[in-house]
Amino acid sequence: MTRMPLTTRRAALFGGGGLLLATLWPSASPRASTGMLVENATAPFAPNAYIRITPDNSITLILPNIEMGQGIYTSSVMLIAEELGVDLAQIEIEAAPPGSAEITGGSTSIMTEWKPLREAGAAARTVLVQAAASRWNVAPSSCTAASGVVSHTPSGRTFTFGELATEAAKLPLPKEPTLKAASDYSLIGKSQHRVDSAIKVNGTAVFGIDINVPGQKIGTVAASPVMGGTVRSLDRDAAMAVRGVVAVLVNEPRDAVCVVAEHYWAAHKGLQALRPVWSENDNAHVNTQTIYDQLHDGLKGPAIIPSPKGDADAVIAKSHSTYSAVYQQPMLAHATMEPINCTAHVRPDGCDVWVGTQVADRAQETAADVTGLPKEKITVHSQYIGGGFGRRLEHEYITQCVQFAKQTSYPLKIVWSREEDITRDRYRPAYVDEVTAGLDEKGHVTAMKHRIVGPAVVARWDPPELTKEGYDEDLSVATLITSYTYDVYRLEFARREAPGVITAWWRGVGGTRGLFVVENFIDELAVKAGIDPVAYRRELAKDNARAVAVLDRVAKDSDWSDPVPKGRARGVALQFAFGSYMATVAEIEMQTPETVIIHRVTAAVDCGQVVNPDQVVSQIEGGLIFGFSAALYNEITLENGRVQENNFNTWRVMRMNEAPRRIDVHLIASTEDPGGIGEVGTAAAAPALANAMASAQGHRYRTLPLLSSRNQEKEAAR
Amino acid sequence: MQTVRVNGQTHSVDVDPDTPLLWVLRDVLGLNGTKFGCGIAQCGVCTVHLDGHPVRACNLPVGMIGERSVTTIEGVDNADPIVHAVKKAWTNLDVVQCGYCQPGQVMAAIGLLKTVPNPTDEQIDSAMSGNMCRCGTYMRIRKAIHLAAGETA
Repeated sequence: MTRMPLTTRRAALFGGGGLLLATLWPSASPRASTGMLVENATAPFAPNAYIRITPDNSITLILPNIEMGQGIYTSSVMLIAEELGVDLAQIEIEAAPPGSAEITGGSTSIMTEWKPLREAGAAARTVLVQAAASRWNVAPSSCTAASGVVSHTPSGRTFTFGELATEAAKLPLPKEPTLKAASDYSLIGKSQHRVDSAIKVNGTAVFGIDINVPGQKIGTVAASPVMGGTVRSLDRDAAMAVRGVVAVLVNEPRDAVCVVAEHYWAAHKGLQALRPVWSENDNAHVNTQTIYDQLHDGLKGPAIIPSPKGDADAVIAKSHSTYSAVYQQPMLAHATMEPINCTAHVRPDGCDVWVGTQVADRAQETAADVTGLPKEKITVHSQYIGGGFGRRLEHEYITQCVQFAKQTSYPLKIVWSREEDITRDRYRPAYVDEVTAGLDEKGHVTAMKHRIVGPAVVARWDPPELTKEGYDEDLSVATLITSYTYDVYRLEFARREAPGVITAWWRGVGGTRGLFVVENFIDELAVKAGIDPVAYRRELAKDNARAVAVLDRVAKDSDWSDPVPKGRARGVALQFAFGSYMATVAEIEMQTPETVIIHRVTAAVDCGQVVNPDQVVSQIEGGLIFGFSAALYNEITLENGRVQENNFNTWRVMRMNEAPRRIDVHLIASTEDPGGIGEVGTAAAAPALANAMASAQGHRYRTLPLLSSRNQEKEAAR
Repeated sequence: MQTVRVNGQTHSVDVDPDTPLLWVLRDVLGLNGTKFGCGIAQCGVCTVHLDGHPVRACNLPVGMIGERSVTTIEGVDNADPIVHAVKKAWTNLDVVQCGYCQPGQVMAAIGLLKTVPNPTDEQIDSAMSGNMCRCGTYMRIRKAIHLAAGETA
């Protein structure tokens, strides 16, 4: 029953020419139509996996996607509530358990849940109305459902949903419930306050790290600093001598140690006293340059060519001129504000896991694997996530926690230090790209080829998703899947897996990776042709009305045609990713090559039908800042196989004084099916900023991070 | 035994004096609204008030607190006009995303408005730049502080 969002995205992008996202799912979700008929008179009305209404009128919505900041609890509730007829203030929410929880990632939640959640609400409302109508012996069409009450309009009689729950549970559910017309929406498209605002402001929201199970102890962990190392020795006595320490644990693969104590600080001091010594292996010879060298090497030689259009080499060879550029992007850590943590209680008869995870099913599976218990004996309690960004699409920390917790009789909470969190992250991979264009006499593209060199993240994360040819379709976002139309185009992928690290998804995945390269290159072509960068893009995107519309809108809102204020420069980026269009203009000032002031960012977004407009704006604002932070500052480096950045003093995060002075987001009204939004802003950040910096400094910024001295050195070497 | 006054109550806690206040709050007293982010006073998610002034709890040894009184997000006085205005502004503008840093942001903002009732953007940036937000809610934090300042002015 679990669907794979990344699969979804790829299938959508390839199967539908990038536009038919909504056709991927059958009209009725299996989960929406397989409700159990409940015979027990006191049992709740639970027509599907998302709704539970008890006779005492408690209404609970069970949400398939986890909340990690993106506002999905609120918009999921809005989708169900719109059709069910309840107010946001009168419902309780729960995170769905494994089996009905979805993988939350790839900006796919709204795309995939848009229809099933509304259908779930509509199906439940239909039988609630039927139950009321038959009690009153009136036609269902004379009844309405709103605010958790069914009313018979002519007589003014009412029943609460709770009063109807028992009878509704006995009625068959409609297979294809009638959905409201867009013109009748009372919630969808109208900004609603987040359902999690108050608890996150007053400190009562429970994140994984806040779990406090009776009898729990707290452990902190050190894993081998070089991937693949195992523990050779440790000073157990010294650790146990620390006041408050209760246990020293080594996990089964012996690649991590855990000191357990009454509180974190004692565990932390115990771990310092433990001084584990690790075995070395070939990974201890890996340096950052090893990885970059390997990537640059991949610019020559064989490659996979996923979907060629025409003969790019032949057309480029015959073109008036050619232009080529190489781009380099670093490894990135996730550095979520909430450090990695997990709590597990392993007993002979079962296991509970409390964790913030984007993959509840995988959490359950790994706990079953480690404990040897059947899956149904593993209960996963999903918690609010203090920042996901793809980090919690991984579950190795859950595996590790259960490996330790199976050695203890008490519930064990493991909390990684920030140093552990950054140095044992799974990283967004480094990539090198080369793009070559054939150009006509006016500087317009006749043919383009684009080679990507880097890992195929999906090969590890979801192996069946790697194509037969060995291609990772995530790499198509912003390359093959684009706002632009090329007559002749060839994408090439030379796979090079990074030694010494594990690579993973990171906010914006293919969109963030690809857009930096493509929008930087298109900007170079525009500058070279002496054509305004917006006009150049507009010509290349002219077959795509939605792309042109966001571009025109951002040009207007950013005052693009007005002279740039003195000392400032502007850069633009256009994108189609995650089913959404966005155009972005960054206006910046660089008083020195090392300082960038982002004065103003303007964005126009067409993400189809908007569910919760203010939260779309919020995701764009935050996504941009997340992207600027990485684009300007961030790079994971390795020395002797050891990650060098380890806390926020060496892993710089954009702070309020560095954030844009102003971000203006315009949402284009649309009735197209919704696109994704959680990663859209992040993808736009680096190219818009790099293009503005190029304009300010008069040379291109082809290497990330943008403030890396490599951008200056390369220019000097020219 | 260490003695510490938190949210108006005095607690005796059985920890070493070098134990940072953060872990006393979270793991001994069960006050989990104050978060752990870095352990080196770089990120601000552990911000609490010490005698009314924002401090980082992650590197403040409990043994150094003495008679001073600690206020956490759980203990702020909702009847206080500034506290009320800050919380209201935060929810009205839906500042939060993941929310993990927000108790610290709220504590820093209350501290700012107690000393600078009507701060400029520059004063806000300066007071708040020690509080990181990985989701990038800075635009709304700035707005919320101005809004709260307007309410209490």
